[in-house]
Amino acid sequence: MIYLDNNATTPLHPEVKKKIISFLDKYGNPSSAHSIGREVRFYIEEARKEVASFFNCLPEEIIFTASGSEANNTILKSMVKCCSNSCSTESVHIISSSIEHPSVLNTLKCIEHQHVEVTYLPVDQYGMVNPDDVRKAIKKNTSLISIMFANNEIGTIQPIEEIGKIAKEYNIPFHTDAVQAVGKVKIDLSKMDFIDYLTLSGHKIYAPKGIGALYKRNGTKPICPLINGGHQEFSLRAGTENTIGIVALGEAFRQLKIEMDEEVARIKYLRDKLENGLKSKIENIKINGHPVHRLPGTLNVSFKNIEGESILLRLDLYGIAVSTGSACSTGSLEPSHVISAICDIPEIAHSSVRFSLGRENTEDEIDRTIDTVKEVVEFLRKISPIV
Amino acid sequence: MDGIGWNYSEKVKEHFFNPKNILTIPEEEYKADGIGYVGSPACGDMMKIYIKVKDNRIVDLKWKTFGCASAIGSTSMLSEMVTRNGGLTLEDAYKITPEDIIKELGGLPSNKIHCSVLGDKALREAINDYYRKTGQIDKIPSKEAKVVCECLNVTDEDIRMEVLEGVKDFETLQKRTKVATGCGKCKENVIKLLNEFVSQYYSCDVYTGEEKK
Repeated sequence: MIYLDNNATTPLHPEVKKKIISFLDKYGNPSSAHSIGREVRFYIEEARKEVASFFNCLPEEIIFTASGSEANNTILKSMVKCCSNSCSTESVHIISSSIEHPSVLNTLKCIEHQHVEVTYLPVDQYGMVNPDDVRKAIKKNTSLISIMFANNEIGTIQPIEEIGKIAKEYNIPFHTDAVQAVGKVKIDLSKMDFIDYLTLSGHKIYAPKGIGALYKRNGTKPICPLINGGHQEFSLRAGTENTIGIVALGEAFRQLKIEMDEEVARIKYLRDKLENGLKSKIENIKINGHPVHRLPGTLNVSFKNIEGESILLRLDLYGIAVSTGSACSTGSLEPSHVISAICDIPEIAHSSVRFSLGRENTEDEIDRTIDTVKEVVEFLRKISPIV
Repeated sequence: MDGIGWNYSEKVKEHFFNPKNILTIPEEEYKADGIGYVGSPACGDMMKIYIKVKDNRIVDLKWKTFGCASAIGSTSMLSEMVTRNGGLTLEDAYKITPEDIIKELGGLPSNKIHCSVLGDKALREAINDYYRKTGQIDKIPSKEAKVVCECLNVTDEDIRMEVLEGVKDFETLQKRTKVATGCGKCKENVIKLLNEFVSQYYSCDVYTGEEKK
């Protein structure tokens, strides 16, 4: 199988896998005071240091969660009134974009019913938010600006430095969902002091599913936990820690520090090769996303006149795993909200396919993919009534 | 993308990977007796069906589609159903429903039913086209659909088709059809009808085309 769906999830890094196996019998509860608990506590704190060192931030600024979605929910839902004093008591305004991940968009939709007003900024044809729009959208009661670092479907990297600086100028906290950017774009949080909160996820960086984290800069407004209970994670996320997941995440970041620069360059080379190969061998295709400011491993292509799910399933038959933004694959009537936001021709979204590369992909796989995609597209175009 | 809806039957897979009766020659060369054309790429699927008629029977059927695996699989299936054993009569072909096709396919995931409704629609259009071209306009069945929303002229058949295309709630139905946006008197009836169709088509994960007992 040629796996080109690394934006959906990644295989375990072999070193992460080793780490998990070596840790399976360490069953202690890190909150226990005895040696069995203390040992596990030691390892999860080491993992926290590993994550912090990757981002050049403080370990206590890393709060482990069960997923990126949970981290996004935590920060967004802390904007609404609840039991805790730390929560806002007045009606608040949040600025976000129309192409955020569903864990941001659907959470925003939910809190809109709880005295939160949300401005969803549009994006340009490449999927980019205009920082001027952010400035124009700011109101007296704007309490948070949340813009994703890079988009999962088309890979467009947002001008978050400009946006973050505007937020800082107005003293508004800035959150970025960096699930897709981590490990692909350099993020140094000591330099990027405009980022107050950042979301990350383990399974996009060769750690297992079920572990993510929220970065919360020291000195920012206290947040209310999404999950109440014990004092775990600085009382910001209750529940006995996912110890194996945390240790695995720490190892994934340790590996990223070692190989990220080299891997990013290699993956970008392969992605460019795939893009150029498809462009030169197949007519009538459209690349979705920004030509330059795009994640190194992401290639989203619309193949005119044919439908995405058909392409996906035929590629699957030939042993190539990709994803699509067509309505038929989402189980809804609407195609991808991201492609729809960058192009008002619905068939572009219905015929879009995402190739997302990762550390296991080889040049030979890319060569085979180009030939196979050509064959599949030719077949489906032959049966298409559109000329 | 979510994980549901990928449990296609072997039959669907077979027809998707090796679709039968695709029109491979240019349209002009095929010289169809009737052509039916429904859907649009903007909606995510589009279907074109070409038929040849001899002695009131469909002796050959070819098709083309812009559509997903279910659309391809179900239209391929339909093409076999119509042409086997010397071909169905025009009257019998006219009566084929998505339910009949789905039954032959061994079921479709319920969220994919809406992808399978274009084939039979296009077939009826092709038959109508044949009737028109041969001067038998009187044979085109008039719609038996009942108007449920008089202000906006929405029929029960319109609502059924919307449900087959995936609509499950009144809000979405109203957005798409404008039903009950006039005087609003029909709203209660529309909701009742909508719920009936939804429970008919979506009450289990794999819709087999069998009547609920």
